[in-house]
Amino acid sequence: MSIVNEAKQAVRGAAMDVMEKAVALAPDSWMPGGEPDPLIRARHGSIGASIPRIDGPLKVRGAARFAAEFALDGMLYAALMFSTVPKGRIATLDTAAAEAAPGVALVMTHRNAPRMKPMPLFMTAEKADGGDNLPIMQDDRIHWNGQPIAVVLADTQEQADHAVSLISVTYEAEAALTSLATAKAKGTEPGLFLGQPLKAEKGDADAAFVNAPVRVDRRYSTPRHNHNAIEPHAATVAWQGDKLIVHDASQAVQHTAWSLGDVFGIAEEQVHVTSPFVGGGFGGKCLWQHQVLGAAASKLAGRPVRIALSREGVYRMIGGRTLTEQRFAIGAEPDGRFVALIHTGVAPTSRQNAFPEPFILPTMSSYGSPNIKLDVETVHLDMLANTFMRAPGESVGTFAMESAIDEMAVALGIDPVELRILNQPTEDPLKGTPFSSRHIAEAWRAGAERFGWSQRNPTAASMRDGEWLVGMGCATATYPYHRMPGGAARITLTRDGGARVEIAAHEMGMGTATAHTQVAAERLGLSRDQVTFAYGDSTLPGVVLAGGSQQTASIGASVIAAHHGLIKELLKLAGNDSPLAGLSADEVGTVNGGLAKLDDPSRHESYVSILTRSGRDHVAVEGSASAPLETMHWSMHSFGALFCEVGVNSVTGEIRVRRFLGSYDCGRILNPKTAASQFRGGIIMGLGLALMEETQFDERNGRVMNPSLSDYHVPVHLDVPEIDVIWTDIPDPRAPMGARGIGEIGITGVGAAVANAVFNATGKRIRDLPLTLDKLM
Amino acid sequence: MTADRTAAPAAAIRINGVDYPVPADPRVSLLDLLRETLNLHGTKKGCNQGACGACTVLVDGERIVSCLSLAVQHAGRSVTTIEGLASEAGLHPLQQAFIEHDGFQCGYCTPGQICSAIGMASELQRGVPSHVTPDLAADHIAPTHDEIRERMSGNLCRCGAHNGIIAAIRGTYAEAAE
Amino acid sequence: MTPFDYSRAGDVAEALRLGGAAQAKFLGGGTNLVDLMRETIERPAALVDITRLPADIAEREGGGLLIGAAVRNTALAEHPAVRRRYPVLSRAILAGASAQIRNMATVGGNLLQRTRCPYFYDDAGSRCNKRNPGQGCDAIDGFNRNHAILGASEACVATHPSDMCVALAALDAVVHVEGGHGKRQMPFGELHRLPGDRPDQETTLQPGELITVIELPSQSIAARSTYRKVRDRSSYAFALVSVAAALKLDGGKVKDVRLALGGVAHKPWRALKAEQALRGGEATAEAFRAAAEAEFTDAAPLRDNAFKIELAKRTITAVLAELAGDAR
Repeated sequence: MSIVNEAKQAVRGAAMDVMEKAVALAPDSWMPGGEPDPLIRARHGSIGASIPRIDGPLKVRGAARFAAEFALDGMLYAALMFSTVPKGRIATLDTAAAEAAPGVALVMTHRNAPRMKPMPLFMTAEKADGGDNLPIMQDDRIHWNGQPIAVVLADTQEQADHAVSLISVTYEAEAALTSLATAKAKGTEPGLFLGQPLKAEKGDADAAFVNAPVRVDRRYSTPRHNHNAIEPHAATVAWQGDKLIVHDASQAVQHTAWSLGDVFGIAEEQVHVTSPFVGGGFGGKCLWQHQVLGAAASKLAGRPVRIALSREGVYRMIGGRTLTEQRFAIGAEPDGRFVALIHTGVAPTSRQNAFPEPFILPTMSSYGSPNIKLDVETVHLDMLANTFMRAPGESVGTFAMESAIDEMAVALGIDPVELRILNQPTEDPLKGTPFSSRHIAEAWRAGAERFGWSQRNPTAASMRDGEWLVGMGCATATYPYHRMPGGAARITLTRDGGARVEIAAHEMGMGTATAHTQVAAERLGLSRDQVTFAYGDSTLPGVVLAGGSQQTASIGASVIAAHHGLIKELLKLAGNDSPLAGLSADEVGTVNGGLAKLDDPSRHESYVSILTRSGRDHVAVEGSASAPLETMHWSMHSFGALFCEVGVNSVTGEIRVRRFLGSYDCGRILNPKTAASQFRGGIIMGLGLALMEETQFDERNGRVMNPSLSDYHVPVHLDVPEIDVIWTDIPDPRAPMGARGIGEIGITGVGAAVANAVFNATGKRIRDLPLTLDKLM
Repeated sequence: MTADRTAAPAAAIRINGVDYPVPADPRVSLLDLLRETLNLHGTKKGCNQGACGACTVLVDGERIVSCLSLAVQHAGRSVTTIEGLASEAGLHPLQQAFIEHDGFQCGYCTPGQICSAIGMASELQRGVPSHVTPDLAADHIAPTHDEIRERMSGNLCRCGAHNGIIAAIRGTYAEAAE
Repeated sequence: MTPFDYSRAGDVAEALRLGGAAQAKFLGGGTNLVDLMRETIERPAALVDITRLPADIAEREGGGLLIGAAVRNTALAEHPAVRRRYPVLSRAILAGASAQIRNMATVGGNLLQRTRCPYFYDDAGSRCNKRNPGQGCDAIDGFNRNHAILGASEACVATHPSDMCVALAALDAVVHVEGGHGKRQMPFGELHRLPGDRPDQETTLQPGELITVIELPSQSIAARSTYRKVRDRSSYAFALVSVAAALKLDGGKVKDVRLALGGVAHKPWRALKAEQALRGGEATAEAFRAAAEAEFTDAAPLRDNAFKIELAKRTITAVLAELAGDAR
């Protein structure tokens, strides 16, 4: 990031600080959520119904169409060549044999690529979502080991792949910084996120810690991770004149359209991004160089292009989660009350992005302490730009935090569940703002009861089942409520009584389309089969990122805004011949297929009647969500209490997770069936993080050495026990629908829950993930 | 699924009951023949290395990964893909069970999981043992939770729908068998 | 994938004729070869499909089994005679890969699997003496958690990935081969090579030679045999260490034993030192552990894999104890 940008962001950050304080002090009623969403009161309709996914029939028949499944006339297939040095320049590049190979239409390198701007880096502008800000095939520079250096287009994938193998290249390598230890020895710098240092201090934590009667001070580490969505990144790209069409696998269609427009110097309206189905995202499916390269090559060749990354290609050019080295120190009174929390450490990032994994995030809101010190330092390595991956920060930060709490519980001789409940804060530990809704103690009690926590022997290495040592552990899950600005939606009612809700949101398997069909039906007073939910297309309204677990809130607030407008519009159309005549918009609601007076449902007119009388085929209203000020006024977080039972083989050190339970407090649950799957899915990714996942980055040359699903292990069916999931279902009065978003919390805390169970089973404390068997030998 | 009783012609590959010529380029995998030549996109490409199982199809009733298989090798064979499972009467019972048990999220690994489970069911019925079968000599192998999880371990899922997938398979096959 | 000519052999004679062409390779289930071709590590000019050769499992005169090289891994693992008489072989096959791959892979192809060393697989970006003799080895100082602790060389520290082969090594299998110069047979232990200074030469097969049959001699000891595989996840992963073992007791003493290890060397490792230490000795945990120690006196760990020495010793001890327990 440039110095100018950093300065701009710092100013923006300072202005935000002032505004944040003002918002915190303003009256509740001024805030979004100050007047709770009326849908929170609806208890017996579509919301909360366990209905199967509406896209289920398509998916089980293999008929849901993904990005690499749009067959266009005259389409060429792309294959990529990747650099094999981490830094330097291309010295020689011979593409003649590739150009002459059968079926080849184009070989694109830095010599012939069209002029393009770098991608606008994620979060540097409202709709920027580039994974890096490097020039893309504009010069001979190499910035990371695995950077794409050539694109071949051919009539078939086989021809394109073969032609790539005919390209010969040599490099003038330059000294690269790929070793974390070397980089740290040169000094760290403060980690910045959105221009703000990832630092927080309250009281004097260092002094309080030194003077605390009971102390735990440990170092923990977590490795690099890759998202590993089973669908590899792909885009099918076509130019129609100066209009660019991209069938993408995207969790940010509007962002990608705007950002691609910026790269190619065309208006965002000239870029149409569709993404009706995404085969898993987890933070990895925004804008990376492949969409740009596909579009550039398509432009040069004058034909549509399919660019589908190989699995290796995903590892070479799509960033994952970076590694962390964390210190977690707790000072406590003998009764267990925390007097100091210190969470610091290092997370490397690349020079072409700015995202040191913010592992301190969970410590900002989980426990009360008069003294807190949080700090993320960073170093810059010559490596692929790292990025967001499910619960960036919390997923790995909770490993350190919740392992340290467990170590403190052992030191104090206090049950770890009780220690956590004892240290619950009464207000936001750093900001002092009130919690919108916090029922974590209930979640702990309900979970402990259901799991049979009382059966646990607190003495480590005391339970055995044949060759297996058995232990139980617990940990807290936590993730904030977010809502990003820019949400907007359109509601269209038609004279046949149906409604269409449109928003440029995303369905990557979270159940978005299903849950929001339910919500819209409830809000409009319609049945679910009367509602169509349209998403995944950049021509739709709204800037809604499928990230930060905030889609539900963002869609909810956008639809609320459109709904307000719709009522006004319908009242206008209803006119004076309606039972609604003379009523104002706030006296009216949408029930039973029409408008009705809120306190006198007999004054009702159906949508069909209103449209028919006014001679309209349809009425369409777009609304924009209010600014998300609620997150500054209240401290809004979801929580979970996790319980795990493991077996550790006394011969081999192999770990098997035998039982797992998650007890969550995430506000209202919109669809128990899909929500349970979301929680389980996060927990299972957490089991991967705990037990086996690691992207192996060879520090000698910055090359990823396990770029495949056989070498990068994710959990298989036999690794996954039946996972029990329960929740409080207590609506958050400040969130749309009372729901706080559940996409990421599942992965948080799991690493520690497993490690704590392993400690209980064996007496061995493993502080470095993953928990492979060699560490238990 | 309606089985065509006659064998596929030696020079053709029968896919969901329809005969197609083998590709001229022997490099074309069975997976790419399905997806790129025949526009049968239901079979998915997740790794192209036999590591994820998303491309699982049934060849003469046996489950294989179509990515590591050259299409020419299947001349004279009969291939069933996810598109060949539902009939006019409706979804295959296992497809229906996947919906009921929420055995997927993004849906990308789903066709491979379903085809794999169908192949697995016939292996179990035939008495093929697995890594977790306690007694290799047993004639009948009970479709326990462990047996099914082990036998399905060649199909990765990243959304974490494992519980729903296994529940759908047990609901369709194991409970019927018990 | 580099273009190649494809042909399908109807019988062994045709396979040998077609396979005699320059840079021809035999194609079985393709589960390893097709992958390696896609990675451009293998670039044959011609592929001879041998999957339609006879795939029979027949009783051998005087006991034992004759297994056609085109037999699929699943068919071998599920065969009643194998399950009853050679359980270690069924168990080893079932511990390998996934059900789909076992349905595709042939027995002959399984024998000729190439290593899963990531530096071997990284044709574009890493040095490997196996791919390019004399180039150097990036694994020796790199990620080598899965690499050899026995029998490695300065040129190569890769391991053989097969599970099935570990069982065959323990069972004293015999490999039947046909080539331009006729038929020959070799003990299983002579098929695979240690790396030495030519890690590119993985087997003792001559160019154009075809494995036709795997012969399992009659082995009463094999009826009490098992396979234990230790890996980084519970299924569908290559072995860190695996143990194939068969044990026959006489009272409290070891009458006879077969022991082979996977995941530890460039070839399936027959643990002859341990066998020697065990034969005639007491069948106790202490004796089993002492035998395991004997096998690893020359073990040479690398940066990431020292744990495998202790892991292998423990696993050997536990497997022998399990078999001894069953035998009593």
